[in-house]
Amino acid sequence: MAAQTVESTTDSTVDLGPAAALSCRECGHRVPLGPVFACEECFGPLEIAYDFSAHDTEELRKRIESGPANIWRYAPLLPVPADVADKPNINPGWTKLVQADNLARELGVEPGRLFVKDDSGNPTHSFKDRVVAQALEAARAFGFTTLSCSSTGNLAGAVGAAAARAGFRSCVFIPHDLEQGKVVMAAVYGGELVGIEGNYDDVNRFCSELIGDPAGEGWGFVNVNLRPYYAEGSKTLAYEICEQLGWRLPDQIVVPIASGSQLTKIDKGLRELVELGLVEDRPYKIFGAQAEGCSPVSAAFKAGHDVVRPQKPNTIAKSLAIGNPADGPYVLDIARRTGGAVEDVTDEEVVDAIKLLARTEGIFAETAGGVTVGVTRKLIGAGVLDPSLTTVVLNTGDGLKTLDAVAGTGLTATIRPTLDSFREAGLA
Amino acid sequence: MSVTVRIPTILRTYTGGRAEVAAEGATLAEVIEDLEKHHTGIAARVLDDQGKLRRFVNVYVDDDDVRFEQGLQTATPDGAGISIIPAVAGGQ
Repeated sequence: MAAQTVESTTDSTVDLGPAAALSCRECGHRVPLGPVFACEECFGPLEIAYDFSAHDTEELRKRIESGPANIWRYAPLLPVPADVADKPNINPGWTKLVQADNLARELGVEPGRLFVKDDSGNPTHSFKDRVVAQALEAARAFGFTTLSCSSTGNLAGAVGAAAARAGFRSCVFIPHDLEQGKVVMAAVYGGELVGIEGNYDDVNRFCSELIGDPAGEGWGFVNVNLRPYYAEGSKTLAYEICEQLGWRLPDQIVVPIASGSQLTKIDKGLRELVELGLVEDRPYKIFGAQAEGCSPVSAAFKAGHDVVRPQKPNTIAKSLAIGNPADGPYVLDIARRTGGAVEDVTDEEVVDAIKLLARTEGIFAETAGGVTVGVTRKLIGAGVLDPSLTTVVLNTGDGLKTLDAVAGTGLTATIRPTLDSFREAGLA
Repeated sequence: MSVTVRIPTILRTYTGGRAEVAAEGATLAEVIEDLEKHHTGIAARVLDDQGKLRRFVNVYVDDDDVRFEQGLQTATPDGAGISIIPAVAGGQ
């Protein structure tokens, strides 16, 4: 149960609001709140257990609606102190839910039924700001002064920005051969940026080992030892979508899959809203979207498996390129439980979908957004997604981050600066 | 074969706090068996009831993830460095 009441096992000096303890998702073993991410019994992922017992539904709704236009309006439902909005943070969220009627027309969806949750509007232009903002509050609560992560781009920028705002040191690790644009987007915030000779998996492994070493003492790695807190940031996507739909669950939601954490936390957020009485309890379906070049969860879903066989990624959708997604089995459970599905699209379909969303709705998505729009189109074509139901498609980042993907897009014509030339080119 | 095994923080209660221990074995399975002899209880943390690697444990022999090699039957050459690391779910 997502919103179950639990007895607090919290270290009394740590104030993280309604967060009561850490609980293993695999075996249920419970430990006090702290900078740990793996269960000491079974290595399973630890997640936050809350005490929501104090909430009156209507008071909570009013409190949220009168809150700031960012994720802290949901502070009573997050592992953050009650005064979080007063602390220096990047304050992400409350991004647009765009009613995408032009896209709906192209895809054969009934007008007024298709929405794009456009998270490119966050401070560093991806949904990562949501999760990093949470991790920053946990880092503050645990007395860390250095914020760190392993990253292939989006996360590095989000950590750099959050650390700069909060006055933390940041030291971020990236593969040494990352694209120059991404390096600049991470380095501009002035923190330390370290290239590791290896790929993302090597960087991740290095960070995991650094945490266990005295050299990493006092460091908050947002996606490693602060992961239980960090991951909760994705719940805010679910909260916002429902509030923006008028406190209503969407019928169908299409979510990109990298590790699978975002999808599982969106499901957690939706269930919490139901349990708190903030939305009516009605069925919803969650659909997962992957790129064919890194589709271990989609492959397992289609094969009817409940375990995920790792793959070596090869896709332009680099922000989704996790070949061994730890939350993959949970994604399979959720897709099957809700009556959804997991599907994948080719890199060509990703590019087409980026262009489709841009020309129909004026939204320039990064490759992950191309994956969700492409998968939406494919699932509608296959009769899996119902075009008569309210559907929300996530765009988790700005297309400016992945310009290479649409590098072939360019000039319509080159003309001399004369009206004759303009007419000759057929532009009149 | 003599190898070195890096121990993650959550297993150091079994190694007296040591982050690195020596072990013997020609395959990963043998290395884990040898670890168990000297650090009783550690194998049950790394392996599940069926004796397979737990889902959330990643093991590397030198730079190779054993899931892309032969799993527990992956060879552990003399002098190899083995890392046991809790799986971290994404977040790039």
